[in-house]
Amino acid sequence: MNILILLYWEFCKIGLFCVGGGYASLPWIQAAVVDDYHWITMTEFIDIFTISQMTPGPIGINAATFVGTKIAGTPGAIVATLGFVTPSLILCLLITYLMKKYGDLSVIKGTLNGLRPAVVALICTAGLSFIWLSVWDTETIPTNFADFDIKGIIIILIAMIAVKKKVSVITLLFGSGVIGLLLGLIM
Amino acid sequence: MEEENKMLEEAAGKLNIVPGTRHFYWVLFKSTFLISAFTVGGGMVIIPLLKKKFVDEYGWINDKDTLDITAIAQSLPGIMAVNASIMLGYKMSGLMGTMVTILATILPPLITITIIAFFYDLFAHNYYVQLILKGMQCGATAVIIDVGLNLVNKLFKKKLLLPILIAVGTFVASLCFNVNPMYCVLVDAIIGLLLLRDPKYN
Repeated sequence: MNILILLYWEFCKIGLFCVGGGYASLPWIQAAVVDDYHWITMTEFIDIFTISQMTPGPIGINAATFVGTKIAGTPGAIVATLGFVTPSLILCLLITYLMKKYGDLSVIKGTLNGLRPAVVALICTAGLSFIWLSVWDTETIPTNFADFDIKGIIIILIAMIAVKKKVSVITLLFGSGVIGLLLGLIM
Repeated sequence: MEEENKMLEEAAGKLNIVPGTRHFYWVLFKSTFLISAFTVGGGMVIIPLLKKKFVDEYGWINDKDTLDITAIAQSLPGIMAVNASIMLGYKMSGLMGTMVTILATILPPLITITIIAFFYDLFAHNYYVQLILKGMQCGATAVIIDVGLNLVNKLFKKKLLLPILIAVGTFVASLCFNVNPMYCVLVDAIIGLLLLRDPKYN
């Protein structure tokens, strides 16, 4: 029981202090579960990193679940995940409340007016890095554009047509998975 | 704003799912759950998919609120996708909406990873699993690109120089110079605070 409370508390702290997306949480998790408590080894931690990257779902939640499972089985996974999201829940609801109350102030509106185009840009960047990843298998701008994966291009094009035809997002994801499997088996 | 509301009404009328009803919560849970379950990657990947579903398909929330929430989710500590789903849920239908979306966001990875933790090697090196994941990644790519282009299109249609400059600057900084999104958001917030307080930018 004790370990579960400790696990919850440690992941609460991680959830409170990690700012800036999924990867940013990994050093915090490492500091707590590898360096401080020696709950898991560094090798296991690298495994967690790899698996969190390649499995569906937010990276932080994946890592929390994996660490929790390693330390205290399924209850550990649940406790670690809940700990991770508790600060988020409190902070997000608090900010929503504050926005409702003070959202009409020109200072807040101005700030959001600056943030909206930024988010548009960041979504485009995410889209491009996903193209790099799907077609050239690299996370940054490809160094050799000639070395591309034709399967990736085919699936993206089919999916683009599906998007234009207003196919539902979920059907589209499943369909792409199936086409990926079929193309991989044929080619 | 009025035009947007009209569009929302039209979209909602088309699919006829009114926020707050039991059917709404079920559809909300189902779509969030499936998107969370089959999307590889962080917040900037999941949010465009959620946006496509909630804004474009169902019209439960508008573009502007979604972008605001994304920016705030990025700036707050914690997992961006979770932050965004909490606030999107709240915006669409209050505390109950939040509970539905947060549960639907964290349950799939919880289930998937618990299973995978026991079969790690089998999963990590399975060729067929890799092919399917890769295919889904390409599908997600298409959706993100579509959402991105749509938003860019709307941004340029407004013909306001500063917001366009912010978008271009942020794009170049994050793509070419790998500047951490946190810093981009911080700088753009300050620019907005100082220069974009005129109501025409709202």
